[in-house]
Formats: sequence, C-alpha cells, structure tokens
Amino acid sequence: MPLKKIDVENLNLYYSSFHALKSVSLSVAPNRITSIIGPSGCGKSTLLRTFNRINDTIEGIKITGEVRIDGSNIYDDGYDVDALRRKVGMVFQRPNPFPLSIYENVAFGLKIHAMASGAVLDAIVEESLKDVLLWDDLKDKLRRSALELSLEERQRLCIARLIAVKPDIILLDEPCSALDPIATLRIEELMVELKKKYTILIVTHNMQQAARISDDTGFMLLGELIEFGITSKIFTNPAMKQTEDYVTGRFG
Amino acid sequence: MNPKLAQKIAFVFLLIATLCVIVPVLIILFIIVKQGYSAITWEFLTTMPRDGMRAGGIFPAIVGTLSIVLTAISITLPIGVGAAIYLNEYAGDNALTRIIKLSIVNLAGVPSVVYGLFGLGLFVIFLNLGVSILAGALTLSIMELPVIITTARGALSSVPQSFREASLSLGVSRWQTTRYVVLPNALPGIMTGAILSIARISGETAPILFTAAAFYVPHLPRSMFDQVMALPYHLYIMSTQIPNVPKNLTFGTALVLLMLVLAMSLVAIVTRVYFRKRRKW
Ligand SMILES: Nc1ncnc2c1ncn2[C@@H]1O[C@H](COP(=O)(O)OP(=O)(O)OP(=O)(O)O)[C@@H](O)[C@H]1O
Ligand SMILES: [Mg+2]
Repeated sequence: MPLKKIDVENLNLYYSSFHALKSVSLSVAPNRITSIIGPSGCGKSTLLRTFNRINDTIEGIKITGEVRIDGSNIYDDGYDVDALRRKVGMVFQRPNPFPLSIYENVAFGLKIHAMASGAVLDAIVEESLKDVLLWDDLKDKLRRSALELSLEERQRLCIARLIAVKPDIILLDEPCSALDPIATLRIEELMVELKKKYTILIVTHNMQQAARISDDTGFMLLGELIEFGITSKIFTNPAMKQTEDYVTGRFG
Repeated sequence: MNPKLAQKIAFVFLLIATLCVIVPVLIILFIIVKQGYSAITWEFLTTMPRDGMRAGGIFPAIVGTLSIVLTAISITLPIGVGAAIYLNEYAGDNALTRIIKLSIVNLAGVPSVVYGLFGLGLFVIFLNLGVSILAGALTLSIMELPVIITTARGALSSVPQSFREASLSLGVSRWQTTRYVVLPNALPGIMTGAILSIARISGETAPILFTAAAFYVPHLPRSMFDQVMALPYHLYIMSTQIPNVPKNLTFGTALVLLMLVLAMSLVAIVTRVYFRKRRKW
C-alpha cells in the first residue's frame, strides 16, 4: 500500500441544506504538492477547510464520511482539534499577519504553545524567515510592524509564522491571488522548496500555476471531485470530458 | 423650482439644523461657566459644606460620586465584557442566545428611576446592604450593563475574522485566540466605551437617589456600606431643598460635574483617535 498522508473517503458536506461536497474521495501522498482546481464556487475552499476543521464553527454545517490524516479520522469524536491544526497549518488568500512586529508574528505560535523562548526562539524565528527567504531583507527590521511589508512579504511572513510551529501539512487557499505575477512566481518557487519538508495542498484558480508546481491535481465541479491524478495526465490526457473542457478553456 | 436654488435652500436648511446641535451646548456651557466659575476655588473642591450647604465646599460629593461610579464600572466591566465575549466568540444562534440578546435590548430601555426602585428593593432592602456605595454601584452597574455589552461587542466584532482564522490555523485554541488575539485588538474600543460609561453614570441621579445618596454626611466614606453625598444629588438639593444657597455655589457644583463628564469624554475621544491612527487594518 502506498504511503498516504491524507486519505479522504466518501466525504459529504452540507451548509444547512446546501450540499457543497458530494462523496469526495482522494489520497494525498507525503512531500508532494497537490493542487485543487475548478471553477468558482465548486467547493475547493470548502474541501481544503475540512482538512484542518476550520469550518467547524459555521452554523448549520454537517459533515459525513472520513478524513484520515496519518491513519486516524479527524472527525472522530474526541479528536483533538487544536493538535490537528498544529499539524495541518493554513495560509489564506489575503495575507493576514497580526498587527504586531515581524518578530512577534513569527514567534506568535511558538510562544503560545510554549515551544521555545529566549535564544532558541530567536533561532527558530531566524530559521523560519530564512526558509521563506525574508531573512536577508528583514533581519535588521524585526521590530518593525508587519503591516509595513508589501503584500508578497506579508504572505511570506504568514508562511514563516506557520512553519515556525512545525506543521506537517500546509494548506494554501489561493495564496497568490492578491500578488502580482512576479511575486507569484517567487512564491511558487518557495512552495517547491518547501515540499521537501512538508506535504502541500494548494487551491488555485490559475491552471498554469497548478501545472507548473503540483505533482497531483484534482478537478472539482459543483461539489464533486471529477478527476484526481498525476498533474501531467490531468492536463494532457484527462480521463473525463469535463476535465478536458476545463483545462483546455472550453468550459461553460 | 430651479434645482440650483433648491440645492442652496437645502444646504442652508441642513446647516441650520446642524448648528442647532451646537447652540445648546454653547449656551449651557456659557451659563454654567459664567454663573459658576467664581465658586471654583481650591477650598470649594477640597472642603466640606458648611452652614447647611450655603457655604464651604463639595469635597464629599466629589469623593462620593467617584466612589460609586468607579465601583460600578469595576463590577459592570468584567461582567459586560465577559458576556460580550460569550455572545460574540462562542454562542451559537439558538433560543437561549436570542433570549439573552432580547434581554439586553430591554434592559437598555428601562427608565433610570425604575432602576432606582429596583435597586432599593433588591440591594438596599432584600439583600440588606442598606443605602450605601455598594447598593448604588450595583444598581448603576446593572443599568450600564447593556451599554457595556453593546460597545464591547462592537469592539470585538471590529477585529477582523482573518486574525481569528490565522490564530486558529496555528493550532491555537479558541480561548487562547480570544485572549491573545481578539481581546488585545478590541481593548481600545472596550476602554473608550468604559470611559464613556463612567462619564454617563457620573451624572445619573435617579438610580442612586434611593440606593446610595445622602442629603448630608459630615465625613468621607469609610467603607462600601456607607451612604455618601453625590454631585448630581447635591446639586438637586442645593437648588430645590435649601433656601438661600448662593447661586454661584449651585452653578459651581454643576460646573464641576460637567467638567468631570467632559474630561472623561475627552479622554475617551483622545484614546480612540490615538488607537485609530495606529491601527492599520
Ligand atoms: N458558510 C457558507 N454557508 C453557506 N454556503 C457556503 C458557505 N461557504 C461556501 N458556501 C457555498 O459553497 C459553495 C462552495 O464554496 P467554496 O468557497 O468552497 O468555493 P470555491 O471553489 O472555493 O470558490 P472560489 O473559487 O470562488 O473561492 C459555494 O456555492 C458557496 O456559495
Ligand atoms: Mg475559494
């Protein structure tokens, strides 16, 4: 049996009476980039958000089926949601640094989880900023407010804040949609770099982006996962007609 | 009518309407300052009344008002903020929360004299606290609760949802997120609300009339269970209950009360402006 990091089986999600995810099943292997593509409103974000249960508190939400991460179903009763979210981190569409200094942003999770303090904390902050290639630019400005940074730098900072708490899996929901094309390319390079250490899932509207960086791709339509497989196959030789229409731009 | 002319007339009318807001403020200030400023001396602010309130100072009334009001806010602030956090950050949309929200709205609509009677019945008589600072403060704190809850909820709601999501997505628990992300960012709003509340209840007479205020107490309060003099009540007494009080003493008292309230509002406004400027989200 191949190694599975995330294993989704027959997942259904309802927002009150609206059936947003319909019997989704897929498996994600570790240290790969998996992208989810599909037209607006098809349920990409909804699917991604089931992996760290950040949708849990939405009024009227109902979820059936299983999402197994490292073998255990995260929707089992008594599953520790906070521990899950430490393992499965998320980067959002709009960069959302806290209104704190650059240093305090990266140190935030570490301090609250009491993972490090003093020199060790400094070292992890440095290492995390190096991992996102911000260290050289910002090492003398760590006390400055994170809100002074450019959008791209903010998004990198959000990634640094996340990897500082050492997650296993990183979920990214259209992380580049607020960025210009050059910044987008650089964030993409960063993701390819990061997959050595992390399992990455990315939702994107940008098919070129999915084709450039991901190993596997899933195509969603109206809440269904139409097709899931190796990226090159999805883009060059899809099995389903709908996938082909979408990736060739004949969708609609 | 010519649209240009109509616009001019509308403009003038709106300007007059707006000026109507400023005029009474200026007139009130003018009259009170004019008639009262001659009374304001160091002695007036720091000594006891003499000659049956016809001379001397208003020190005990100042101390009394401050002790009632500060006690009230220290009761109502934690409860109100706690309730606001519960309603904003935790409560789902169910029958219980709807009843709570309805109660808050209704509490805000109760006339202040009714609070006074309620405080008399519950705190003074039933709980046997007597006419005291504590009874008055408890009465005021219940009266102010809906205001505190509403302003605190406003401050909590203004913290972007994305901050909460960012924190939760790092495995930080909901309580820690509230404690370390939501509250610090809502604090300026909560504090300005609290200061404005203090200013507001400093001038309230009806709720403390039966629960805390005394006609005359020849000493400063020694404990929470003492009756006290209070500025608004003292003002009422001097203007209606005692003949031949020098006019400048009455207006001087009004001036002190007004300055207290205005100063606190000013502090609240400055705090708000300061944090608005620093806040970039
Ligand atoms: N909280 C919610 N309550 C009710 N319906 C929702 C909620 N969130 C999303 N939906 C609906 O679920 C469907 C899927 O939404 P989702 O945000 O997952 O789509 P998406 O594929 O990420 O779209 P986009 O590309 O625009 O981000 C949409 O029809 C949306 O209107
Ligand atoms: Mg989306």
